[in-house]
Formats: sequence, structure tokens, C-alpha cells
Amino acid sequence: MTKQNSDTKQLFKVLTAAIVGLLAIVILLVGAVLFVGFYDGSTSDNASEEAVSTTAPLGTDEVVDGKDVATGFVIDEGFEIVKATCTGCHSSAIVLQNKFTREGWKAKIVWMQETQGLWDLGDNESIILDYLAKHHAPEPPKGRRLPLKDIEWYELEN
Amino acid sequence: MARSSENQLDKPSVSSQDRRSFIRKTIFSTFSAVLGAEIIHAASIPEGYIPVALAQQFDPMKGKNPEMIIRSDQPWNVEARPHHLDDAITPFENIFIRNNGLIPEDIDATSWALTIGGESVSKEKTYTLAELKTKFKPYTYQLVLECGGNGRAGFYPPTAGNQWEEGAVYCSEWTGIRLKDLLQDVGIKSDAVYIGYYGTDKHLNGDGSKPVISRGVPISKAMQDETLVAWSLNGKDIPLAHGYPLRLVCGGWPASVSGKWLNKLVVRNKEHDGAKMTGDSYRMPKNPVAPGEEGTVEDMTIIESMPVKSLITYPKTGAMFAKSKKLNVRGHAWAGEFEVSEVQVSIDFGATWKKCILKKPANRLAWQQWSTELAFPEAGYYEVWAKATDSQGISQPMVIPGWNPKGYLNNACHRIAVKVS
Repeated sequence: MTKQNSDTKQLFKVLTAAIVGLLAIVILLVGAVLFVGFYDGSTSDNASEEAVSTTAPLGTDEVVDGKDVATGFVIDEGFEIVKATCTGCHSSAIVLQNKFTREGWKAKIVWMQETQGLWDLGDNESIILDYLAKHHAPEPPKGRRLPLKDIEWYELEN
Repeated sequence: MARSSENQLDKPSVSSQDRRSFIRKTIFSTFSAVLGAEIIHAASIPEGYIPVALAQQFDPMKGKNPEMIIRSDQPWNVEARPHHLDDAITPFENIFIRNNGLIPEDIDATSWALTIGGESVSKEKTYTLAELKTKFKPYTYQLVLECGGNGRAGFYPPTAGNQWEEGAVYCSEWTGIRLKDLLQDVGIKSDAVYIGYYGTDKHLNGDGSKPVISRGVPISKAMQDETLVAWSLNGKDIPLAHGYPLRLVCGGWPASVSGKWLNKLVVRNKEHDGAKMTGDSYRMPKNPVAPGEEGTVEDMTIIESMPVKSLITYPKTGAMFAKSKKLNVRGHAWAGEFEVSEVQVSIDFGATWKKCILKKPANRLAWQQWSTELAFPEAGYYEVWAKATDSQGISQPMVIPGWNPKGYLNNACHRIAVKVS
């Protein structure tokens, strides 16, 4: 293959990628506009805190209260790598609703590698584990039964 | 009520096959641009893998109650709130969704077939869906399907998986043929001890080469009258998220043994060893363990019949009313393989109990309706607790039952809060 030919192919590839990328962003933006326009806000203001809004498009990088809106992940060291790696195959909600120690999270990574086709994370593994152990650690003991919480009080008709 | 099945079968305008090949032909920098982050180790990402942001086309929430709780959207795991489950027969819109992998989207019911194989069949045999519908007598049963991990959120230390609260359970009406009629037609050997199912769902990374989940039941459960190979839910085609076009339905056991998108059954001469049958999946410690104590797989046993449980489906928690009011309270109770013999409620944290009116089940393995009327002595905050007792004399615990490594079988009594003024 001549160099010129190879350069042309490379240019074509880049252009194709750029066009596809732009199209995808336009689609996501249209989705976001439709979402804002039609969402009636009725679902989960006070819903249990583990329930995750899954409607924010993953393409956005908006941050509210120190959290990435698209995934719900806290912005901190390692966030970008966690977002890119952990939401590759599954929803960020899987991470958000679970709480483990560093060893516990390591066991989950090994399980995903053994059974779910997760690739070798290389140097990123320790960054990911540090992040998860810090932000998704077990909470203090609850006892055998917590008080009922997050009750939405309402007048009972008839 | 359930929407028409046509809604659930909306075909994407591009077939998923085309979509995958289209995506494969593009390059990862495009994904990075869309996802707003570099894809790490792109070279070792499996072929056919579709980034999550680009993968979704079929929307399992279409036609569902928008107030359901989405635990995860990749894979789709969604539960009802207790007051959504007030109907005796749960309509499609309030049925929980549980997936280990990706919901298959390219299903053609006209060419669908079910193969029965395994070591313990006389000869492997394949039936088209049309043959199943015409060759055998159909039966209809109301069957409770509850996720083995329903209630997992109550355990401490936390255990891995979807943090279900109360709503990963329902009782709908299934129509299909008895598995025992089908197995009789195939012919099975005397050494048959277990059956296992296979479906067409794919791993989250798009890998369709190995089963996501392939569980089963002992031959004795397979041969029960109520164990169905079903094509209809509540009188309509099974919705896609719940197994269209064919599903194995084994009521009263963890819902994971009711295989969706069923295209193969195997009759085994040993305990089925498919995906999620082995290891610690859907297993409980043989002997009680201390909270946090993991133990070994050899010390665990496969969950079979689900434990006795009940729900308060009316009123919704949070009701406020005047002291003069007599409060009607109602719900369902179920007990795996057994019948519920009694339901009681308490408004004083279990100090005293009131016996409720309890209906017989519509058929074996259906949940039972209970109801009562309550008067409250003073104004103030109350909790209503419901406790069912099964035909074996076993009741629901008031606190969280024994911890176990995977957080299964939390059947603690359901509680709602009310305020009297």
C-alpha cells in the first residue's frame, strides 16, 4: 500500500468517525430535549434513595452536587476511569446500589472477569478499587430492623 | 390493565443484527466522543460489544407503571411498590423485571421451536410453538413468582446484587401446557432426576455463545400439574421482558427457575449444572451462619420452595385519617409449595395480633387475599404489620431473618406507617 493511499484511508476513517460522533450527539441531545419536555416528574422525588434515575443520557458530563448526572458517580480521583470501565457493559445503578470493602469490590471484578467477559484492567484496577472502596463502602450496621423511613404522608380519602 | 401485546413487540426500525454490524464497523473513538470519556483498553474489548449508551432500543418500561423502582437499566431490574400489587391477578404494568443479561430483541414466534434433550430423554425431540399449542391440552393457573433475592435490601452486612425491597413478586395467570405432558410425549428414562432450561438472552457484553442463566428443578417439581411451558400471561402473548414467546413457569420457587425465552429443555441424570445452578447462586447455608460469615459452597444448599410471606397492598404506606375511621387493610399471602393457613395484623409492634379474613387460593401455588378492619385507640403514629403462617405452622419473622451470603429469602413481615388524628 502506498503512503498516500494509507493517508487517504486514515483521513476517511477520521471523517467517518467525526460524522457518526456528531450524529450520535445530536440524537442524544434530541433525546434530552424530549425527556425534559415530556417527563412529568411523578416518579421518584422521595423514592428510596437507592432507586436510580436512569434517564439522563450517558453522553452528558453535567455535574450536580459533586456527582456526575449521567451515572450518579461522585466526582473524585479515578472517576473518569470508573465511569468508562464500569458502565461499559452494565448500568452505573449496579454499582450505586451495592456497598463493599476494597476486598469485596476486588472479588466482584474477579467474578466479572471469570464469568462476564470483563477484560484485564491493568494499572486501572487499583485506581478503580480505591475509588469504589472510598465512595461505595458498607454503611454502619442497621440492626435487625430499621425504623420505616422516607414516608410520603397523604390524606386517606373515603 | 395490561396493554396489548403488540405494544411490547414493537420492532426496532433497524434489526439488531444490522445495528451490531454497523457498530462493529465504526471505531472506538466515536464511542469515546459520545460517552465523554476514553475507553480504556479498547483493544481487549470483546468483538460485538456495544457500549451501554448506544445499546438500548427495546424499552422494557413501556407500558409499565412509571412509579416502579428501577434498580438497574443494564441489565433491566425493576420492582413494584407494595401498593401497586393490590390486584389478585397482577397486571403486566406492575410485574417486576429481573434480568441477568440482555433481553433478546430479534424473536420470531412463527419459527420458534423448543427442543427437549439431555442424557435422560429416550430421543431428542423438537416441537414448534404451533405444535405445542395444538398437540397438547392447555391449562391456566395463577402462579406466584418471587425473586429469591426479594427483600435483599434488609440484610446487613450488605450482600451483592439488586437491592430489592418488597416488590420483586407477583401472581399472574399463565396459560400453557403441562411440562409433564410434554415430557411424557418425548419419553424420559428412569434415571431422570432434574430438568434444566436454556433461553436466548445474551451476556451484558453481547456474548451470545454461552448461557447467561440456565437453571432448573428436580424432576418431582417438573412433574407437578402446575409446572407449565407457557405462551400466555393474563390471556395475552407473554410480554417480551417476561419471556416472549415461551417460558417455563414453576410457581412457588425462586422465579429464576422459570426460564424466559425458552428454546431448550434438558432432562438430566444428575442435578443440572447450568449457569447460576452451581457455586453460591440461589443457595442458602445448610446451617445458620453469623452475619458476614461467608462459608464454603459445599456448606450450601439450593433454594427450593420459597418461604411464607405477605404484603399489605392497601392502604399505601403514609395514610393519614381521623380516629373515627375504621381502616380497611388488605393484601396477599403466599407460602411457596404450601398454603397459607392464617394472616394476622398488629398495630402495636407485634405485642397483640388480630386474625384476618383469608381466602383460599384460586389454585395451588396462587397467592391468597386477606383483609381486615382496624380501629385505632388514640391519635398518633402507628405501624401496621402483617404476618402470615403457612400450613406447616411456620410464620414470618418480625425482624430480618438469618443473614446469608447472597441475601436471599428475607421474608420479614411487611410494615406500613399510618397517622391517626
